[in-house]
Amino acid sequence: MSRRRHSDDSDAGQPHKRRRTSEPSEIEERLESLICRVGEKSNSSLESNLEGLAGVLEADLPNYKSKILRILCTVARLLPEKLTVYTTLVGLLNARNYNFGGEFVEAMIRQLKECLKVNMYNEAVHLVRFLSDLVNCHVIAAPSMVAMFENFVSVTQEEDVPQVRCDWYMFAFLSSLPWVGKELYEKKDAEMDRLLSQTESYLKRRQKIHVPMLQVWTADKPHPQEEVSDCLWSQIQKLKKDRWQERHILRPYLAFDSILCEALQHNLPPFTPPPHTEDSVYPMPRVIFRMFDYTDDPEGPVMPGSHSVERFVIEENLHCIIKSHWKERKTCAAQLLSYPGNNKIPLNYHIVEVIFAELFQLPSPPHIEVMYTTLLIELCKLQPGSLPQVLAQATEMLYMRLDTMNTTCVDRFINWFSHHLSNFQFRWSWEDWSDCLTQDLEKPKPKFVREVLEKCMRLSYHQRIIDIVPASFSVLSPANPVCIYKYGDESNRSLPGYTVALCLTIAIKNKASNDEIFSILKDVPNPNQDDDDDEGFTFNPLKIEVFVQTLLHLAAKSFSHSFSALAKFHEVFKTLAESDEGKLHVLRVVYEVWKNHPQMIAVLVDKMIRTQIVDCAAVANWIFSSELAHDFTRFYIWEILHSTIRKMNKHVLKIHKELEETKARLARQHKRRDSDDDDDDDDRSSDREDGPLEEQIERLQEKVESAQSEQKNLFLVIFQRFIMLLTEHLVRCETGGIDVFTPWYKSCIERLQQIFLQHHQIIQQYMVTLENLLFTAELDHHILAVFQQFCALQA
Amino acid sequence: KALRVRPVAMAAGGTLSILRSDSYADLSQYRDQHFRGTRYDQERLLRKSCTLYVGNLSFYTTEEQIHELFGKSGDIKKVIMGLDKVKKTACGFCFVEYYARGDAENAMRYINGTRLDDRIIRTDWDAGFKEGRQYGRGRSGGQVRDEYRQDYDAGRGGYGKTVQCQ
Repeated sequence: MSRRRHSDDSDAGQPHKRRRTSEPSEIEERLESLICRVGEKSNSSLESNLEGLAGVLEADLPNYKSKILRILCTVARLLPEKLTVYTTLVGLLNARNYNFGGEFVEAMIRQLKECLKVNMYNEAVHLVRFLSDLVNCHVIAAPSMVAMFENFVSVTQEEDVPQVRCDWYMFAFLSSLPWVGKELYEKKDAEMDRLLSQTESYLKRRQKIHVPMLQVWTADKPHPQEEVSDCLWSQIQKLKKDRWQERHILRPYLAFDSILCEALQHNLPPFTPPPHTEDSVYPMPRVIFRMFDYTDDPEGPVMPGSHSVERFVIEENLHCIIKSHWKERKTCAAQLLSYPGNNKIPLNYHIVEVIFAELFQLPSPPHIEVMYTTLLIELCKLQPGSLPQVLAQATEMLYMRLDTMNTTCVDRFINWFSHHLSNFQFRWSWEDWSDCLTQDLEKPKPKFVREVLEKCMRLSYHQRIIDIVPASFSVLSPANPVCIYKYGDESNRSLPGYTVALCLTIAIKNKASNDEIFSILKDVPNPNQDDDDDEGFTFNPLKIEVFVQTLLHLAAKSFSHSFSALAKFHEVFKTLAESDEGKLHVLRVVYEVWKNHPQMIAVLVDKMIRTQIVDCAAVANWIFSSELAHDFTRFYIWEILHSTIRKMNKHVLKIHKELEETKARLARQHKRRDSDDDDDDDDRSSDREDGPLEEQIERLQEKVESAQSEQKNLFLVIFQRFIMLLTEHLVRCETGGIDVFTPWYKSCIERLQQIFLQHHQIIQQYMVTLENLLFTAELDHHILAVFQQFCALQA
Repeated sequence: KALRVRPVAMAAGGTLSILRSDSYADLSQYRDQHFRGTRYDQERLLRKSCTLYVGNLSFYTTEEQIHELFGKSGDIKKVIMGLDKVKKTACGFCFVEYYARGDAENAMRYINGTRLDDRIIRTDWDAGFKEGRQYGRGRSGGQVRDEYRQDYDAGRGGYGKTVQCQ
């Protein structure tokens, strides 16, 4: 620490000198705040703000250069919607301080390499785009940028690498061209033409087997659903045809041209794309979602065409805004609505389209589904005179196209619409949808309305739903969610087990113990008596029936009552459901009792899995059982199945984490022991400590293996059952000469796709087994196609 | 074969405070005055809690409705309905406990301030359910806010208790 007197003169080269007035961390915060906020609403113009900020930062460079570098690199990576604001800022700084410009470029390259190393490809694209816009700001020399792009495009010629790798490098190149195409083409047209032609030939030869799996609709009318790369290619071609004239992007650097063109430029160091490794995970392919075009808003400004580069830039920026502010819904809504160009583009339509694009994205939305519902509500609050109408129009359009909408997307539409309505007193012009009343109930439109009404009921109550729909819609209204107790009526006294049920009811009401229940149940005859060799507790379906029916009926009042019942009589449940058939039968009885109340079935199944009364495989088998065939296409069934799979996945992750933590503890202990060799005062015997930990690790290792095996088995069971079901249908259709493509079939095949997509990371581990055991060449090509599409996703 | 887990923290560079902003999931100003322990203990518990207090419910809102709505942010471990201490009937609040804190955070971000049974509901972090906390603390048995409230609220027993007694 310097013994010099504190002074606040700018003594350069004293890195640890403290300013008298503020702590360094405060200054860093202030710098961060200044940099982050530039470009926001202000009394002064953007240009004067940028100029002012450049001056401030230039003055701070001697003391805070590394912090400034770090902040600028971070905004480049995390605030891509303000790309050109920050490239301009860097341009101004470079004009004032050439060395700083060079250091910034170097830092960006380091950051880019780091991102690619840890699979952060979405952020890497932003960095590449930033670098390319720096060409416009005279920070980077155009030829060196072209050289980097040449290295990117040459990845498309690598052999034995996943297509998704080549896709990313091509996308990083193409998606920068709206910003820098003009400049690069002016300086290096021959090289650019060559790059574009290489890109074109790559696009022609890349395989597209996976595309149908990612499309929201199976029809290409009214809007074709292209892959992002194909759409972007068309957009760039059009841009090139327009001589690279691009008018949408805000380019603050144009105002500073006279300053910037005096600046010296830097050359990008030669950039070799890091090689493909086993740990590389590239972004999933994506299909562009479009639902609007210029005909949808005839009164307002014209919506840019689907192959215009403007459309691309708007969509990119809106997606970036959501990504930046997803946790802050009010800020997110405000930022979306203040996107520049408001009166030149139909912004509300773009926003709604981008939000639905994310909500319906396959395999999964980028953010949790409920965020989009709440974000749309915030947007409606901020624009009450216009946004709700656009939303209603969008809803209508989505409804009209239900026939070809992917089942998974329909699920999300159902969830969104019902939740949205519950925030607006369920007001909707249901009569507009009366066309669905004349259709077969299994057709997509009536099915959609039924599921929506069921979800609306879950958020309110049965009578409310009856009240909000026209009388004609009663055929689609949900059932009153009441319990069905088969032993309830005196008229049922002839049923086997009736008297025992009565007995049980009285006993349970009198707070009987598990043992007393067992002794009452002993009297129940076993219809499968021939299969028994021992007494008592082998699979007795009647015992299960009587006990479960009675208990669930007594506990029917609420979820809490039912959960208490499950907990209190856990022992009885475990014993009765010990065998696989027992588990299946418990599930069957639960269904029989609560078939009017799917929500109750779902929470009971969840509880029974968590308390190990049934296991995941039993639930899977139950879902595919013939008893449930009638409900097979209902939404709640698939909610249950996916919830079951998720529980299984979380369980495996949890034990794995425990194992890793214990291993880490052992490693730390070894380290301590090695360094404590001379420390005799440590009276803990290190040998004694090791033992239990090592044993624990061994046990956990076994647990992990057994959990992973159970997980794999679950998926195999599910796939197997799908194959059986679909094959049956296909054979029946073939021999009967009827069309394969029934609503049931479409639903079923898309449910199979959904399993692959929703759990793709886990399923990737099983590829060899799936290929050799289940999805073999002998399989009907309809079913095999789904597997091939899945394989093609990350190939 | 080891599970492939994508690294979350990036080596180079951090994040920006503007993007760290998570005001909906932050602690509110409210602290339960009946909490047994220091302010520090309470805040520590609030910061790692998976339990939310939910207020401004209608007396008629059921556990099922709450489960459906709050299930949208993740798997629910338990719902405990708030009860009038005297009547043992619903009195307009509840606790929702999740298995994972992240799911509770999403509820704070996206379900807090939206409607259930046509009412804007409010969620807040809770230090954890303890037996007895399911009862209203108002003198009449319901919630304190219903003791002194002057307005008429059909979903919460009409006028406030003090007004009713006039």
